Amino acid sequence: MEKNCYAIELRGITKRFGPVVANDSIDLGLRRGEILALLGENGSGKTTLMNMLAGIYLPDEGQILSEGHPIAIRSPKDSFAHGIGMIHQHYKLVDVFSAAENIVLGMEDEKKLDIKKANAKVREICQRYGFEIDPEKKVYDMSVSEKQTVEIVKVLYRGAEILILDEPTAVLTPQETDRLFTVLRNMRDDNKAIVIITHKLNEVMAISDKVAVLRKGKYIGTVETAQTNPQALTDMMVGRAVTLNIDRPFNENQAERLKVSGLSCYDHEHVKKLDKVSFTAMGGEILGVAGIAGSGQKELLESIAGLCPIAEGSIRYLPPEGGEDELVGKTPTQIRKKGVSLAFIPEDRLGMGLVGSMGMTGNMMLRSWRRGGGPFVKRKDPRALAAKVLNDLEVVTPGIEYPVRKLSGGNVQKVLVGREIATSPSVLMTAYAVRGLDINTSYTIYNLMTEQKMRGTAVIFVGEDLDVLLELCDRILVLCGGKVSGVVDARTATKEEIGLLMTSVGGKEEA
Amino acid sequence: MKAIDTVILLLIAAITYGTPLLYGTVGEILTEKSGNLNLGVEGIMFMGGAFGLGGVYYYEKLSGSPSGLIAILIALLCAFLAGALASLIFSFLTTTLRANQNVTGLALAIFGTGVGQFAGEMMRVRAGGYVTISNALKDLFSASPFPKFLQDIPYVGKLLFGSSHFFYLGILVAVVMHLFLKKTRKGLYLRAVGENPGTADSAGINVTRYKYLATVIGGGISAIGGVVYILTTAGCTWNNEGLSGVGWLAVALVIFCMWRPLAAIWGSVLFGALMILYMRLQISFIPTELYKILPYVVTVIVLILSSLRNNKEKQPPEGLGLAYFREDR
Amino acid sequence: MEEAFKSPLIRLEKRSGSSIKPVYAWLIRLGSIVFALLLGCIVIALAGSNPIQAYGTMLDGAVGNAAFRQQTIKKAVPLLGCALAIAPCFKMRFWNIGAEGQITAGALAATFVVRMLGPQFSGDSASLPLLLLMALAAMLLGGLWALIPGFFKAKWNTNETLFTLMMNYIIIGVVAWLQAGPWEARQGRIAQFPKLAWLPKVEGVHCGWIIVLVLVFLVHVYMRHTKQGYEIAVIGDSMRTAQYAGMNVGRIMMHTMFLSGAISGLVGFILCSGATNTLSKDIAGGVGFTSITVAWLSQLNAFAMVAISLMLGILTKGADTLQTVMNVPASISDIIIGLLLFCMLGCEFFINYRLILRKKLGKGGAVT
Repeated sequence: MEKNCYAIELRGITKRFGPVVANDSIDLGLRRGEILALLGENGSGKTTLMNMLAGIYLPDEGQILSEGHPIAIRSPKDSFAHGIGMIHQHYKLVDVFSAAENIVLGMEDEKKLDIKKANAKVREICQRYGFEIDPEKKVYDMSVSEKQTVEIVKVLYRGAEILILDEPTAVLTPQETDRLFTVLRNMRDDNKAIVIITHKLNEVMAISDKVAVLRKGKYIGTVETAQTNPQALTDMMVGRAVTLNIDRPFNENQAERLKVSGLSCYDHEHVKKLDKVSFTAMGGEILGVAGIAGSGQKELLESIAGLCPIAEGSIRYLPPEGGEDELVGKTPTQIRKKGVSLAFIPEDRLGMGLVGSMGMTGNMMLRSWRRGGGPFVKRKDPRALAAKVLNDLEVVTPGIEYPVRKLSGGNVQKVLVGREIATSPSVLMTAYAVRGLDINTSYTIYNLMTEQKMRGTAVIFVGEDLDVLLELCDRILVLCGGKVSGVVDARTATKEEIGLLMTSVGGKEEA
Repeated sequence: MKAIDTVILLLIAAITYGTPLLYGTVGEILTEKSGNLNLGVEGIMFMGGAFGLGGVYYYEKLSGSPSGLIAILIALLCAFLAGALASLIFSFLTTTLRANQNVTGLALAIFGTGVGQFAGEMMRVRAGGYVTISNALKDLFSASPFPKFLQDIPYVGKLLFGSSHFFYLGILVAVVMHLFLKKTRKGLYLRAVGENPGTADSAGINVTRYKYLATVIGGGISAIGGVVYILTTAGCTWNNEGLSGVGWLAVALVIFCMWRPLAAIWGSVLFGALMILYMRLQISFIPTELYKILPYVVTVIVLILSSLRNNKEKQPPEGLGLAYFREDR
Repeated sequence: MEEAFKSPLIRLEKRSGSSIKPVYAWLIRLGSIVFALLLGCIVIALAGSNPIQAYGTMLDGAVGNAAFRQQTIKKAVPLLGCALAIAPCFKMRFWNIGAEGQITAGALAATFVVRMLGPQFSGDSASLPLLLLMALAAMLLGGLWALIPGFFKAKWNTNETLFTLMMNYIIIGVVAWLQAGPWEARQGRIAQFPKLAWLPKVEGVHCGWIIVLVLVFLVHVYMRHTKQGYEIAVIGDSMRTAQYAGMNVGRIMMHTMFLSGAISGLVGFILCSGATNTLSKDIAGGVGFTSITVAWLSQLNAFAMVAISLMLGILTKGADTLQTVMNVPASISDIIIGLLLFCMLGCEFFINYRLILRKKLGKGGAVT
């Protein structure tokens, strides 16, 4: 084992999902005793690349080498066998089992289950690297950070020499993050190779020895952390602005439509997802929302729609005809009864916005089924609407009664957007409206958003592609860790500026 | 003095009535721990009863001078195989062909009761009226494995040592099941499959194999309950009247004892007591027939309490009744 | 989405996009029925009878003459009625397996009305109001009996499968008590209803069959064309979508359960007033369970339920004849029904999935 030999080396790895190239001929080397940060925006292909090391995906092209020898990783088992352990973002743990029971799950080294021995070994690993975990504690009693620790110990217990952590700090508090970093450094000093997938620059600076940057599936380069700075890394990560030529007219008739102030909410695990968010959305403009995934975008939209319990704060709706309505504490039905015309295109299109087993007509009814007296649903109007959406948005479907679940992603989104816009909303919220869509459909969606803006609708557009946000929106609100880290004018702001706000480097504080 | 005699007699009878339930329950616990909700226990126990009885009957008929031990073994084996076969159908339909568990279980209940009754009737018809087993064997089936002097100990003797072979074997099965689930690696993996098959799968555990094995073996054990009922309580004749409902009671008991095999031991005695209480302990203001619904009422209360109380331990396996397909991840 | 790592010999693929043609789907279902009947041949042969002759006897015994046909319909009516009751719950993915108990509850309430109010009614013209009262009471108690598990599911997410199952035996136990105690007439039986409380006959069969056929139409309309039916379908598809659309999921769950129980209760009324003219603890006699499979196999389509419940009715009645004619135990019908259910349950797999035989190893998947 020479010092200059990579523990794992990737050569020319390419992975495609249908027409999308997730990884385009990527070269990357991991060394022992080194922490490598894999940096890139959402959708840049970081997780896909690492999943090929974990045995989740097979590369379409390219080679993986272990200690200089080509290897094949066909399953998670193969991956373990080569000493690779990946800690995914979604923990795979059995709630009613103790830490140690989860850790030994699936191990086939010995017949008998000696939980005492396992406990001892877990304690030993914890001591060695500085984890704090009680092997007998049940998972359902654990905090998110403890669960993560269990996942890491699970991998070490199996003798992993190469650890890959996918966004490990996304769910941790600053204190927990510090503790994790201490542990990672201990492991590095124990001569393990560590990869940490992240898009938080300050963390990259704090923990890594080297940084490899991916952008839109391409490998940009690797630099020594000591010889770079956040600004340089941001440039590598976001690249130069790409011109998309999205038409952006200016609507001069702007009026305050939605005033959110001091909004906070928590998720099921009692983690704070929104932290005193305040902003105003104007009718006649597109307000972009930028931020790293999970910075509170989903909660923000859902709490405005009345689907998310709100801990504190207020959401006031200012109708065009004057007056004011408080939306906090109202159900979606109550909000609609107030005459607030709120359209919402959620991220989970089939799981939340549409009824997959029904056709277009049935889905059009989702907004109007209560309408009209009597016990019967009126199908005539929804059917006409379905036909209209089908025509206007050029939905490709065998028929308007064909289950929308079976349509392609772009057509599913057209059905959803078509329905929501048909309500002539005064507020239109969209989450990742163009995710997974082809270029043409994406432009259709952009144009629809702009059309709504010119009608005087307040459009809130949660997006992930900064190029799009910069060309489509009028203003951009940047979220970081559930807080508003800034609101910028999209016509003058730069990608770098937003990138820094997203990670709060150059901002006031870190999430 | 009198009161205590009544209580002891009641308990002994409760054990007799509870023993078939014990098998039914312990078997179903194993099945449900793998995440399969097999509602076909009723049918499985019918099949076990009929085939077990058939095995003993034809063995006695063929051998002339039957050995007690072999007769018991044949009864257990035939019943086990019948139950295992029935559960194999269930597993194949739900695990491999991905059919709905509730509906498949009900279909199995219909099928199994039909097969059991059919086989029982056919035997009766072929035997020309009655399937009878010699008194020697009959006595043996209900006899205790313990020596007489132990049984003669006042009060506790009969209670502790006076029950049938099957009861003590049932306790053994329950204890073994407990140890298997709690103390062995395979047991841990099985529980993981029932709780969270996705996690088990990603840890390299063969979910399908565990589900199949647990369901088939569990069904076999449940079926033994059927033959135990026929050979002891029913006096070695086919009695579908008496056997009907026992399987459903076993499903209830699984909930009542919160998927713990050891609790099934006293639970089955309790349910056995509730089944016969009306014969032994008549309280003027409680109508006898209403005693019989007590097990179900108690089960419902337990079910409600467990959903109210947020105790994470005493819950159904999280994946119970849900199909698991890897590609749906 | 994921690639197979070690491409197995046979791979499964969900038929998406290119769904199987409905014609083929029905052909597969038909094939599974034929297959089940063939398996039934083996069972009949094992019993020592000639399968062809046996099936002939069964068919003849079920539809051979008007009297037989009436008997067959009498068996199919409760199955159909109850399957209709279950359909809304299952559409909502609420696993109500308590129809057996809801039938019994309905029959109990109808009997209660007869016993309490029967004596007040006299004269032929009094029959209709009495019957209406009985039906109403049956629906009310059946509905309430179903509402209890529905309430706990909505409030605390109590497991509805196990809860509804237990509720069956509780109400059956109550009837057993009434039958042997307070309401006993002789030999552990409840007295026959007075003629006034009997469902009138139409075409030789109690008019329950008309009621059920009307129900087929009503349930079909309810599920397909009403707002509540729409809500049920949305909840069954995705709870989140229902909330997004502003539906109160808990309340919908409860009223759907009440409705389902009410229909089952009505079936209980039909059974005790039309078929047995009295109440007994066996009044439901497994109909509640069998009808669940009827509902499921019909894909919750009300019209398909008519066909399937008729088929099961023919089998059951045919098996009764088989017993008298060829001395084959009538329980053979349960076996054949069981086989039928197994095959039909299994065949859905071949409708939803496509088997793909192994091709040569995938595009550049291997590295070395």
